[in-house]
Amino acid sequence: MSARPIAPHLDVAATAARIRRAGQRRRVNVIALSLSLAAMAFGLFWLIWILVETIRLGLGGLTLSLFTEMTPPPQAETGGLANAIFGSLTMVALATLVGTPIGILAGVYLAEYGQKTRLGAVTRFINDILLAAPSIVIGLFIYTVVVARLKSFSAIAGILALALIVIPIVIRTTENMLTLIPNALREAAYALGTPKWRVIMTITLKAALAGVITGVLLALARIAGETAPLLFTALSNQFWSSDLSRPMASLPVTIFKFAMSPYENWQKLAWVGVFLITLGVLLLNILARTLVRNRI
Amino acid sequence: MAATLPATPFDGPEAMPRTAPHGRPPVPRRAAPWADTLFSVLAHGAAWLTLALLAGIILSLFIGAAPAIRQFGLGFLWTSDWDPVQERFGGLVMIYGTLMTSLIALVIAVPVSFGIALFLTELSPTWLKRPLGTAIELLAAVPSIVYGMWGLLVFGPLLSRFVQQPLQSLLGGVPWLGSLVTGPPVGIGLLSAGIILAIMVIPFIASVMRDVFEVTPPMLKESAYGLGSTTWEVMSKVVLPYTKTGVVGAIMLGLGRALGETMAVTFVIGNQNQLNSLSLFEPANSITSALANEFAEAGEGLHQASLIYLGLVLFFITFVVLALSKLLLSRLRRGEGTKG
Repeated sequence: MSARPIAPHLDVAATAARIRRAGQRRRVNVIALSLSLAAMAFGLFWLIWILVETIRLGLGGLTLSLFTEMTPPPQAETGGLANAIFGSLTMVALATLVGTPIGILAGVYLAEYGQKTRLGAVTRFINDILLAAPSIVIGLFIYTVVVARLKSFSAIAGILALALIVIPIVIRTTENMLTLIPNALREAAYALGTPKWRVIMTITLKAALAGVITGVLLALARIAGETAPLLFTALSNQFWSSDLSRPMASLPVTIFKFAMSPYENWQKLAWVGVFLITLGVLLLNILARTLVRNRI
Repeated sequence: MAATLPATPFDGPEAMPRTAPHGRPPVPRRAAPWADTLFSVLAHGAAWLTLALLAGIILSLFIGAAPAIRQFGLGFLWTSDWDPVQERFGGLVMIYGTLMTSLIALVIAVPVSFGIALFLTELSPTWLKRPLGTAIELLAAVPSIVYGMWGLLVFGPLLSRFVQQPLQSLLGGVPWLGSLVTGPPVGIGLLSAGIILAIMVIPFIASVMRDVFEVTPPMLKESAYGLGSTTWEVMSKVVLPYTKTGVVGAIMLGLGRALGETMAVTFVIGNQNQLNSLSLFEPANSITSALANEFAEAGEGLHQASLIYLGLVLFFITFVVLALSKLLLSRLRRGEGTKG
């Protein structure tokens, strides 16, 4: 590397060293950026592979009988997932109905009543723990509290376990969305003599509605694919059952059972189930996203 | 939240003349005076309920695990027996499996996620940023059972054929290294579980890291660029130090996720309670997969209590990880405050 002094008063050796270092820095940069590009490609590679495989194997088995027939015994010719789909829809819907009001109320407490109180700080911390708690531990909790007491697995236990997962998610999003509402809005309402509950119900919660609904949708998407908390609460059921006090089939648990089995017809159904769940969860997420983008 | 009214320009002696009010004064409307109290009580109740939930979870786990705690004490944590017939239980195999798979997952996922976040914030052309970011976020939402099933039926066999078997034939005769790659050639075990976990937490960590990187003030980055820094130097010497709290938080969140993950692990770990060799290809077990596989069938008594004990240990580990990350974050934040 020949170094010509750029300015006569500069030290030739120092300039040469600087140019050498610049070259080295540029090389390090190129290496780092290529690695970053490779990381992106690496990440996308797996994820695309998984999605393509799910779609390929899932679409292949998509038939009408899926929605009309019950889960089959091993090595049967026909069969569908009707009872599992029904069970999943029922439990997810009821769990959301149970969990959402509690989550919203606690979120309202955190944002409107207890922003700086000790109870607020403790609740916020505990909510973080609940949010990070392994879902299977929540299943254990419901087992010891509900299933062991009633001496039977039941859909109610499954619903409660799922509701426990909904609550912290809704609390978090509700609180975040409510704190985004400018205080001037609250103050204006108070100045008109509005009682606090009406301020919350008709001003702040209403202004944050899109965000709160997004939180509920995300919670829905989360529990739709949850398997672990259902394994020993709702268990599973080979037949159609709408009795909430008895075990109920659900898509994730059925997929788990079918995919782990050596039977080909079960594995095929498991792929279709996985495809349905992925589709549903992604649609819910996209819905939540467009909701936020359009309203806020 | 009391609003303080600003002094109006009409308060002085030159105030506007007031007009006499027309008509009757408005009747104050008292719609449901109890509603305010009720609403406040409900909101407080919901907050207390959350506290009660956590207390309930911990308490019920302790009560459920009590027989096993009485029988085995803390020795449960470093005993590797798991014999439902003779009722001797120890959780070492599962605890090792949980920690090891999460470690493998983090070792793979952290650098990759960092690369992805770097790409999304600094390298990606603007028109690609949004779709790629959205794709990563959507993939973080894909249920773990999808990853697990794909790992068992698609990835496992491939890992076995293209990695495990060549390694075994290469190192099979070598005295020390040979024992590190033993295991049935089906592609099931700690390594596959760790890889699946990594694939699962990559989008999660990457999207949080990207959010964190994006809060770096552009002024800071532009100053560094203006001084002639390369992109990598801006990233490693400006953005990373500025956002290290958030980055640690993102990694901890990923770790918490990996530790508590059930389905992605249960499918591919093999569910065998053995710890005979350190080979990552041997089928093993983790806390979550032991619970998923055995709990519903375990009879009441010591077996079930031991499984609940395992759940308690898992809850404790995730709790410690979360508390540590919070502590670390607050300390880092304080350090940054004094330095700046």
